[in-house]
Amino acid sequence: MLIKIRRRSEVKPSEITPESVYWNRRRFMQGVAGVGAGLALPGLSHAAAVSSAANPYPDVPQGRVPPAWFDAQRAEIKWRSVVPEDPKRDEVAPFAAATQYNNFYEFGGSKDDPARYAHTLKPEPWEVVVDGEVNHGGRIALEDLVSPSQLEERIYRLRCVEAWSMVIPWLGIPLADVIRRADPTRKAKYVRFETLYDPQQMRAQDSAFGLIDWPYVEGLRLDEAMNPLTLLAVGMYGRVLPNQNGAPIRLVVPWKYGFKSIKSIVRISLVETQPVNSWQKLQPSEYGFYANVNPQVDHPRWSQARERRLPNSLFSPNRIDTLMFNGYEDEVASLYQGMDLRQHY
Amino acid sequence: MSEIRFYLNPRFILGWRWLVFGLALVPWALWVGQVMQGQAGPEPGRYLLLNLGHGALWCLLLTLSLTPLTRLTGWKGFRVIRRQLGLWSLAYALMHLLCYVLFILGLEWSQLGKELVERPYIIVGALALTGLVVLGITSNRWAMQRLGRRWKPLHKSVYVILMLVMLHFLWVVRADLSTWSAYALVAAGLMLLRWPPLARRLSRRPRRMASS
Ligand code: HEM
Ligand code: HEM
Repeated sequence: MLIKIRRRSEVKPSEITPESVYWNRRRFMQGVAGVGAGLALPGLSHAAAVSSAANPYPDVPQGRVPPAWFDAQRAEIKWRSVVPEDPKRDEVAPFAAATQYNNFYEFGGSKDDPARYAHTLKPEPWEVVVDGEVNHGGRIALEDLVSPSQLEERIYRLRCVEAWSMVIPWLGIPLADVIRRADPTRKAKYVRFETLYDPQQMRAQDSAFGLIDWPYVEGLRLDEAMNPLTLLAVGMYGRVLPNQNGAPIRLVVPWKYGFKSIKSIVRISLVETQPVNSWQKLQPSEYGFYANVNPQVDHPRWSQARERRLPNSLFSPNRIDTLMFNGYEDEVASLYQGMDLRQHY
Repeated sequence: MSEIRFYLNPRFILGWRWLVFGLALVPWALWVGQVMQGQAGPEPGRYLLLNLGHGALWCLLLTLSLTPLTRLTGWKGFRVIRRQLGLWSLAYALMHLLCYVLFILGLEWSQLGKELVERPYIIVGALALTGLVVLGITSNRWAMQRLGRRWKPLHKSVYVILMLVMLHFLWVVRADLSTWSAYALVAAGLMLLRWPPLARRLSRRPRRMASS
């Protein structure tokens, strides 16, 4: 099928309501001291269409029947809560591109494997274990994990370590909300995430030729996890996450290479020591723990100075300069002050 | 059976060569067609790049399977398409490189220079391609006569080229070795068939064609 950029997903200035409408809604969140208070995200425009029945993505197939809690929350979605500054440069990718061309090694090594094989994943019912250095842990139904917060739409650039990128409208809640509710102890320094391990549902997990040691593991430093940009997504394009994009719940860390944004999460643990993420374990010289988007530090196989913004076409490869921290420098650079980013890649 | 005579018939050989020529064009035409119809996904340039890489490797493996096939069957028709398939491998590899320069690097020549010295997988790919070019250039009658006895050892470098390509491919793999392993198995098998004791056994088998 022909993939066309759908202009519809771009917002007309008239749809954008003043910032105050958004900020009034849930101005204060109970906080882990010192982190993540006052969610000003300078450099990004905030906007919220007052919860309208109008779905901004009428052409997007709805996929599986969404669970009742998702439907219930749909009317409350804070649309366009974070959007790119420059909608021309960062045009939202068509749904088909974002869902038929991605990496999800649990389903295979090529970029069309996820769309082909992810139908075996059962995203419902789903539970997430929250454990480790927390006071309120446990096995939590997805609904109970997500519903206490309001769903927000965040339109983020997603930059893959292979030097391609797409702009994707996620629906989710700040990871910080979930962490606060879990009430971390003083010992908690890092957050460790784990993907489902079930070869029945994820066919490549029992492939003899896979190099990753399943289950997939990712990690963040606690302050990275508490950063207001860090999102736990349950949907995209106004609907629940398609299986191949990490249903039913995944991480989105827009200033880091895509592999940090772990999919189909079954476990979130607050831990004292730095977790070893799957790719780092596989190839430590190529993949680090931090994996911040950084045009100055090349991956051994790919130059990171520029990226191919997808979808592209044969004669306009759409090569654009990669921005420091994927363009979220104002929001996150302070996290890394004094660190040698060449060493902590 | 009467087909035995066909392989001696120059008109048959000509037709057979054209058939192979046409077949070798099919994958290329298919991929380009998919790209034109927007069926090659959000990154058509990379789609072509990867497919052409596979095409080049396929042709190389097919080229290398012709000698064992000739030995096994005694049919000389396999031999008469060897140069052509070798040249197809070269053609696919050149188009693969072209895709890289056009669609991945966006014609940024300075970047090509950098990649050619910095990335091991590109270096071995370039060495393999250079090897194919040398074989291609030296494969005409004139060059063969000029090179005389040195032509044959030069041509044996095709095994080195195959290993370079397999290394190139291996270094492109992220986390799933299944496709690479399938190719590696075929490549190793074809190399093994050059091992003299095995090669001799192949040719000692009764020639079905000749006896019928
Ligand atoms: C890129 C181009 C080429 C490649 C990759 C290639 C590859 C090969 C291979 C794999 C063999 C056989 C080695 C073996 O099976 O043990 C071979 C042998 C041979 N090739 Fe090529 N070839 C190429 C071009 C040509 C061309 C253009 C000719 C035309 C003259 C040619 C003529 C021959 C001949 C006569 C042999 C037999 C040598 C022997 O019996 O030892 N090749 N080539
Ligand atoms: C200067 C020479 C070459 C360059 C610059 C080059 C470049 C590339 C690039 C950029 C990729 C894709 C890497 C990625 O996935 O990001 C690739 C993959 C590949 N190349 Fe090459 N290549 C060269 C020569 C060759 C040759 C001579 C062959 C075979 C005869 C070949 C076969 C392949 C194969 C089979 C793949 C893997 C496709 C896949 O991942 O599915 N390449 N090459």
